[in-house]
Amino acid sequence: MKRIAVLLVALLVFGAVKLPMERAITDAHRAAYFRGAKLDLTLREQIGQGAFVAALSGFRGVIADILTIQAFTAWENTQWSRVIFLYNQITTLQPRVIMHWETAAGYTASDASVAALEDPKQPRQALRVKASRDFIQQGREFLERGIRNNPDRYVLFNKLGALLAQKTEDHYAAYEAFSKAAEFPDCMGYEKRFAAYELSRCPGREAQAYALLLKLYRMGASQHTPMLLGRIAAMEEKLDIPSDQRVCNQHGSPQ
Amino acid sequence: MQPRHQFFSPARVSAIAGNTLLELVRQKVFYFLLIFALVLIGASFFMGFLRPELQFQVMKDVSLGAMSVFTWLLAVLATAMMLPKDIEERTLYTILAKPVPRFEYLLGKLLGVFVMLAISTVVMGAIFAAVLYAKEQLAIAEALQEGKITDPAQIAEIVRNVKASTFTWSLVPGVIAIYFKAAIFAALTLLISTFASSWIFTIVVSVAVYLIGHLTPIAREYWLADGGTWLAKVGLALIALFFPDLQLFNLADDIVAGNAIALGLFLHTVGLGCLYIAVYGCLAYWMFANKEL
Repeated sequence: MKRIAVLLVALLVFGAVKLPMERAITDAHRAAYFRGAKLDLTLREQIGQGAFVAALSGFRGVIADILTIQAFTAWENTQWSRVIFLYNQITTLQPRVIMHWETAAGYTASDASVAALEDPKQPRQALRVKASRDFIQQGREFLERGIRNNPDRYVLFNKLGALLAQKTEDHYAAYEAFSKAAEFPDCMGYEKRFAAYELSRCPGREAQAYALLLKLYRMGASQHTPMLLGRIAAMEEKLDIPSDQRVCNQHGSPQ
Repeated sequence: MQPRHQFFSPARVSAIAGNTLLELVRQKVFYFLLIFALVLIGASFFMGFLRPELQFQVMKDVSLGAMSVFTWLLAVLATAMMLPKDIEERTLYTILAKPVPRFEYLLGKLLGVFVMLAISTVVMGAIFAAVLYAKEQLAIAEALQEGKITDPAQIAEIVRNVKASTFTWSLVPGVIAIYFKAAIFAALTLLISTFASSWIFTIVVSVAVYLIGHLTPIAREYWLADGGTWLAKVGLALIALFFPDLQLFNLADDIVAGNAIALGLFLHTVGLGCLYIAVYGCLAYWMFANKEL
């Protein structure tokens, strides 16, 4: 009995020694985007006790994968509410897997929104449009939450830009998203161009967009894509640039 | 003249470690590797309906999850049986009757388990890499065949993308962390077995420690946060102080998600793992040294 008591005291002393080390390493892990999953009681109610214990015991990835397969089946059966429900859990379990945020946004903002718009069970078009917009908003929210969890990666900024440009016609917000993606050193070469294209679609911002497009144009032949030349030509037309100062003719080719 | 008895002999320790490993091999502990390979190959075929990136993600999660379970189970089962078996078969008395100090015996036993865990981890890692490589080659072949792509730049891009989502060297720290978690459990189980009345008790307590150890960071956070009753605070403090923080070694999930761990941070984590092992090992020796056999 005495031996056990001494052992417990020794473990307690070691506990006091290890505590600051554990805290320091935990903080460093969090700063490096490790252990970002928030495993709380809401998630426990959603995924069940067994899965929650497994997730806590280091099997977050496996549980998220099982839910992903379930979400895939729900998607095949066009059960959109279930898809969203499952992806809320999946992204909570694995907030650093970009693919899950992308897929969730794609399923809702693209697939579910189009399905809602063509829903044969809903005779009223106004309600179909509303349902479609709600799904687009859900997709946007997935991407925005994804960005909050992955502020160090450009991909979701790009996806948000694409969603805003194609689905909401909010070109300025799309410009901002693409601009943020372009700030990352490992981003794709087209992010800056996409940002400029979106800015050129914002009424009242033609001068700013033209300056940005020209800046890209002067970066070299690799930037002279048909789209860039076309947008420059459109801006020159809108801003009524004198023909001798124009970079492009009306068809979008360099002068 | 009789040779002077050495206080510590690496040769004796390695002899005990070698025998422990041999014993474990004779108990056919490595047969689980076959199950691991089957799980992996089965998962790779079962996931055929998913798109390639998701297949790779699932395969990596399942493989690393299975590695974590198998190494932990091996560590607990192999260590829990060690002392009771040696006492039951009277091997312990034969060894300790010779000029072998108890700490050498214990160290040798623990090293034997560590080596067995290392072999298991390396073999599982090799199977994992091989299955992933085979799937990677299949995915590349399918991608190139479907699109009938001839442009070398495009081919290079496809190959690069597929390779980025399969085996990367950044997975290695995740595997090493899994090994360390199992090694900590081996030391902890040895400590429990020095005062346990039976190996079933040792296993049950080890499983409980495993579950509570994953809750340690949550307990610590609530303990150090404001609010709560004093009774709850005491309970949380005891959990945070008595149990190791096992979440520190769950790096694999985030590494699979594409997170890279800095070398310095990884070494700190491994260093803390070594400290756990050293302290639990020393306490196990102290308990064993004062045990009446």
